[in-house]
Amino acid sequence: MSKHFSPTLRDSLSVSITVGASGVAFGAAAVANGFSVLQACLLSLLIFSGASQFAVVGVIGSGGSPITAIATASLLGTRNALYGVIMAPRLRVKGLKRVLAAQITIDESTGVALGQEQRGNEAVQKGFWYTGIGVFVFWNLFTLAGALGAQAMGDVRSFGLDAAVPAAFLGLLWPRLTSTSERFLAIACAIFAVAMTPILPAGLPIIATAFIAIAVGVRR
Amino acid sequence: MNAFWIATLGTSVVAFVLKYSGHSVPERWLSHPKIQRVNALIPIALLSALVSVQSFTDKTTLVVDQRIVGLAVAITAQLLKAPFPIVVISAAVSSAIVYNLF
Repeated sequence: MSKHFSPTLRDSLSVSITVGASGVAFGAAAVANGFSVLQACLLSLLIFSGASQFAVVGVIGSGGSPITAIATASLLGTRNALYGVIMAPRLRVKGLKRVLAAQITIDESTGVALGQEQRGNEAVQKGFWYTGIGVFVFWNLFTLAGALGAQAMGDVRSFGLDAAVPAAFLGLLWPRLTSTSERFLAIACAIFAVAMTPILPAGLPIIATAFIAIAVGVRR
Repeated sequence: MNAFWIATLGTSVVAFVLKYSGHSVPERWLSHPKIQRVNALIPIALLSALVSVQSFTDKTTLVVDQRIVGLAVAITAQLLKAPFPIVVISAAVSSAIVYNLF
């Protein structure tokens, strides 16, 4: 059995299922914020990057314009470009395969792939493809399930879905806080965004914090 | 086309362009340490702002409601190193209880 179930495949599958299952929270959050089931599913199929998807839903849900939503989500998506830079020399693919590789270039596929480095470059490639495709399949299935579930609920507040969205953002944020200065930045940005909400148009207080991050990152 | 469709399709296009460009540009373009650092800090800033705005505002007004309980429970779950689904579910359940009771 273990001969057919390589450690790389095992790593990929366990990440795919646990991360994919969180798609249920996204599908529910999308519908709770006024997106249709079809739009929720398209967000997962086409954007396929959890933080960016939650950002679109969160910004539109709190009254922001589509442009602000696109800009906020895209700033969160820039890290996928850097993952692409890391993965390209390890994958060495062209044409349609590069298009497919790009679409599944996310935190998890890159993370599992780099975790296979000691097992050789073939394992790195397998880790990338298995995890990327696995998360894609499960994430999209669970998005549909969550969207349909939320649609059946009616008043989403009585099921706590209004609190599930900030909790999801917290869950995405927490593992990134590895130093004291990063925790300071997080708290400062959280306070700044809430304080600016009555003053600035909806959505802008969120994206404005990106400039705080840029200022801090360039100066240090 | 309404705001929901523009946001859905617009973000989808930009998300793919970002992913694809990473696979296609020379590595040295994006390997500058300052770019790497800013790239690590931007998600922290935006996600923190999204946590607080989604917890304490309704459109453009500040509100404190059942969501604060959900947030407190989510933070506690994180401190206890709970996995992602537990963080989200415990926040939803606690907020729902408060909403239905009061």
